[in-house]
Amino acid sequence: MGILEVKDVGKRFGGLQALSDVNLSVQENSVHAIIGPNGAGKSTLLNCLVGKLIPDTGSVMFDGQSVLGRAPYEINQMGISRVFQTPEIFGDLTVLENMMIPCFAKRDGAFELNALSAVLKQKDILQKAEHMLEEMNMADKRHMNAAAMSRGDKRRLEIGMCLSQEPRLLLLDEPTAGMARADTNNTIDLLKQISDERDITIAIIEHDMHVVFSLANRITVLAQGTPLVEDDPQNIRGNPKVREAYLGESA
Amino acid sequence: MFGLDKKDTSKLIIVACLALLAPFILNPFPTDSALAQFNAGYPDLMQRFVIFGIFAIGFNILFGLTGYLSFGHAAFLGVGSYSAVWMFKLIGMNVIPAIVLSVIVAGLFALLIGFVSLRRSGIYFSILTLAFAQMSFNLAYSVLTPITNGETGLQLTLEDPRILGVSATADGSIPVTNLFGLEMRSTFELALGPWAFQFNAGYYLCALIMLAAFYLAIRIFRSPFGMMLRAVKSNQQRMNYTGLNTRPYTLAAFVISGMYAGLAGGLMASMDPLAGAERMQWTASGEVVLMTILGGAGTLIGPVLGAGFIKYFENIFSKINDNVLHTWFSFLPDGMEDAVVFIIHPFIGKGWHLTLGILFMLVVIFLPGGLVEGGQRIKGWLSRRKAKDGGKAAGETNPAE
Repeated sequence: MGILEVKDVGKRFGGLQALSDVNLSVQENSVHAIIGPNGAGKSTLLNCLVGKLIPDTGSVMFDGQSVLGRAPYEINQMGISRVFQTPEIFGDLTVLENMMIPCFAKRDGAFELNALSAVLKQKDILQKAEHMLEEMNMADKRHMNAAAMSRGDKRRLEIGMCLSQEPRLLLLDEPTAGMARADTNNTIDLLKQISDERDITIAIIEHDMHVVFSLANRITVLAQGTPLVEDDPQNIRGNPKVREAYLGESA
Repeated sequence: MFGLDKKDTSKLIIVACLALLAPFILNPFPTDSALAQFNAGYPDLMQRFVIFGIFAIGFNILFGLTGYLSFGHAAFLGVGSYSAVWMFKLIGMNVIPAIVLSVIVAGLFALLIGFVSLRRSGIYFSILTLAFAQMSFNLAYSVLTPITNGETGLQLTLEDPRILGVSATADGSIPVTNLFGLEMRSTFELALGPWAFQFNAGYYLCALIMLAAFYLAIRIFRSPFGMMLRAVKSNQQRMNYTGLNTRPYTLAAFVISGMYAGLAGGLMASMDPLAGAERMQWTASGEVVLMTILGGAGTLIGPVLGAGFIKYFENIFSKINDNVLHTWFSFLPDGMEDAVVFIIHPFIGKGWHLTLGILFMLVVIFLPGGLVEGGQRIKGWLSRRKAKDGGKAAGETNPAE
């Protein structure tokens, strides 16, 4: 039994069958990559996992509990954090405040009317946020407006924000899309380090094969809304079906 | 002090000084001088300054922090006024129960409207609140006449029960609002040479409540709740995917700002115990939006400045008429005098809205952060100039060394 079990999931948008019969099992503490050509349904699948979309058929179980019909914030409180394709951070807030918000969400839950105590008096939250910033190597930027940072730094911040919630499953949606080579390699190193040092499962949707093969220890290939194969990286590399899906029949 | 840091404490002290010394600050010109009509230190006008200050402070908690632009906040002000007047009719003329009830009723009303309106954001939210406020206005004007007394407005009469007070005073008139016996209209006049300063009990009650409201707003701004509201404005998507439910946060902000509006309405009725439907009209809702933006949305002191600014213009500019202009420009030759008065005429008296509109445009275009940004720029310019002078002075001494 994996920590995330996707069974017979199907999703239709009007005349387009975006997903059909998707079965997927993500094992605890693994790095599981979901790859596939454009339009294969990777993002739709991810949105079904985090509550943005509700699949028409099938079930999605996280740690033995169904996530279907729950709002994104509830699923997050269950222990799934999501990193977006373009970094989603609080641009108007400082880097430190950005880091404090997930710490509050972890401590106080989805809503807390804490309107009279000062933020600066929340020593436990401040300490945790500062610690996380140091771990992400951005302590020197703590008073900067988050929107003013470079794309690579925003990505780091977003990952740090997700980690400070101590999630059990981290979902990444093309974390290196549009990044320069150096930034991509930094992100790979960061994710490697996270998966080595923490008790965490990572599921990653990715286009860039370099990223996939340097991180994943399990790969699912999605094509036209259905999983083609699920296997170890070395077997995926030589699989003719995968080549066909990516490069067309002539290849 | 009071759990605030140095900067916030100084803001509180500035506002406290402005509010408590207002009878002096707003009456800078001797009573007999030609400029006396620019004086604004009259009880009813000063009361309006601080009451609309409270209204704008509350509005800013919603609009400044979460970015949700409500176009229906006057409805809460109106509901507060009606509740307060009903308290005066049924219970007695003490202002405390009236103010408490107006805050509670406005809060409940805001809970209802907010619950529905906050299902949408952006322009749809604004339109929903506007629709609700206009609905309330029309109901108060027609269907709810038994409660609101329709067009005439709700007033006190000699037949009101007032179970904890008297229906009529000994001399047969309607009793006046008071705070445990201290009449709200009682005014102490201080004549200092050519100046006359008026200290009004009602004004000081309003000012103290405004200070309490301002202090509470500072606490909310600096709290984790306030930070969450700013996060709502910045990125709701990230909030949802960080395990935070945005709906109760926005609803709480909406209800709090509705209660501020109710407080303002209750105070208004406490100073002058009548309530009319026009208080709920959309122009009144628009006015608080203007005040907040003009002063600086999202800043602490901005809404107070904006409220004072607009109310000053409304009351002072609208009183200038052609005769006044003629006396001002009488030193010019006849033809010139008439020409100048002709040019200025559209901007004064009933035309003060035109002046306000132009000022508002200028502020929004050149100072998007409102009057507060203007203040900051002047401060920055002064300190740069000072630094430059200092640098020059240091440069001059260098060769001598």
